[in-house]
Amino acid sequence: MNAWEKVNMARGADRPTSQFYISAIFDSFVELHGDRNFRDDQAIIGGIGLLNGRAVTIIAQEKGINLQEKSLRNFGAVHPEGYRKSLRLMKQAEKFGRPIVCFVDTQGAYCGVGAEERGQGEAIARNLAEMMQLKVPVISIILGEGGSGGALAIAVANKVFMLENAVYSILSPEGFASILWKDSKRAEEAAEAMKITASDLFELGIIDEILPEPKGGAQNASSEMAERIKEKLENELNHLSRKSEDWLQKHRYKRFRKF
Amino acid sequence: MLKEIMEKKKVQVKKGKNNRKMPKVDIPADMFTKCPGCGKGVYRKDVESAKKTCPNCGKLFRMSAVERIALIADEGTYVPFKNDIKHADPLGFPEYEAKLSKAAAASGLPEAVVSGKCEISGEKAIICVMESKFMMGSMGSVVGEILTSAIEEATERRHPVIIFTASGGARMQEGMVSLMQMAKVSGALAKHNEAGLLYITVLTDPTTGGVTASFASLGDIILAEKGALVGFAGRRVIEQTIRQKLPENFQSAEFLLERGFIDAIVDRDNQKEMLAKLLKMHK
Ligand SMILES: [Zn+2]
Repeated sequence: MNAWEKVNMARGADRPTSQFYISAIFDSFVELHGDRNFRDDQAIIGGIGLLNGRAVTIIAQEKGINLQEKSLRNFGAVHPEGYRKSLRLMKQAEKFGRPIVCFVDTQGAYCGVGAEERGQGEAIARNLAEMMQLKVPVISIILGEGGSGGALAIAVANKVFMLENAVYSILSPEGFASILWKDSKRAEEAAEAMKITASDLFELGIIDEILPEPKGGAQNASSEMAERIKEKLENELNHLSRKSEDWLQKHRYKRFRKF
Repeated sequence: MLKEIMEKKKVQVKKGKNNRKMPKVDIPADMFTKCPGCGKGVYRKDVESAKKTCPNCGKLFRMSAVERIALIADEGTYVPFKNDIKHADPLGFPEYEAKLSKAAAASGLPEAVVSGKCEISGEKAIICVMESKFMMGSMGSVVGEILTSAIEEATERRHPVIIFTASGGARMQEGMVSLMQMAKVSGALAKHNEAGLLYITVLTDPTTGGVTASFASLGDIILAEKGALVGFAGRRVIEQTIRQKLPENFQSAEFLLERGFIDAIVDRDNQKEMLAKLLKMHK
């Protein structure tokens, strides 16, 4: 599959989204709502679940599965209050010593009037700085689309994994083509040039590991994919949970300092 | 070095501009400049002597990094940090190198930000100033590195940091490596913050995208220049998303002040004094 085909698969209507993986991987999930300031942004699902008995905080971008839900969740395009909800729950996780697992799946932070009025830039910036300082393990997994700063705002992690057919980019290929070549129709070409696939990003050191998908894509055997993610999370958390707070902070800083 | 750059720039200005656009042949073209605010032709000399302000409408012209340092730092105190400017081209992007050379020629600088230490009315500070003439101040790996090392230096020496932002955001030509700079610089600031040290940002025209969504928004104190465009998403992108026109002042410094995202708008006559005052209060 070339990069553009992966973009389409990552955006595909049949691709399993965060809510599927949450229910397949975690037990006793309790969803926690709201940023305590403005509203509950449903483009982000936040809460606490058990991973084989271990409590973890889960932050997940969710695009929705049918049209009604997609519109409720703003197609996974997060508003500032969504990032602020995430940060609130991450600080809560830190207070109680819980590891944090983030699922990334968004075309990007929402570009609209309300988002600007409520400080989209500030909300993302705050997350970047605060996540770097968290004293608990943070793992982020790019499930589908990782769109720009809107994805990075929940991906300042000790480990960043990526599903084989997911994409993670500085901008959508359409946006990139329109900015650099003034022609959004050259998106396919842009997707190739931008190095946005898991294998390209692994080579650049942007991600730590590629999680292989079942033949033909995660949609073909979603439970198998969930099982794979679960196993990976368990192994990594076993490893990271033994580390000191200081180690975790330094490790995360170094991970991003090298770029 | 500062003087050198300034002299070089003067020469470039004279060489670079031709005078075909001006109707009167007897006046050298570079005596005049067109104001981006009111559109009137104004004497360049008048603009320069008023700290790059339009004498007609008060619009602030963009300042170069070199001019900004001259405005803010006590004379002779600015010492630039040595930076290893090794450009990365992680995407092997067509014509990126040529673009960098062109930007260097246009701005007289090796990259879109300069960093160094200086004194401001006798107060020590580390300052970073972005240069919009260098690929619209976009942030690639070198810009991220210059900022991060300056901040780390400040943390180590327990100095305050002042960053003047002017940027279109992350640099597209370096792809995801540019995006990672947002986390890198923000992380360095988080450590500076944890050490109890002062960070001031001065937002100048334009400050958008990945720069707004990282270090520009993290100041303990956030100042801005009047009329500066400050926002996350581009105006056109928002208009396309919502399918309607945005009001004129949307994403201006004034708009942000009203919405509670900046502390104050400071004019150029008081900028140095204001920074010195704030530095003194945090000694
Ligand atoms: Zn004017």
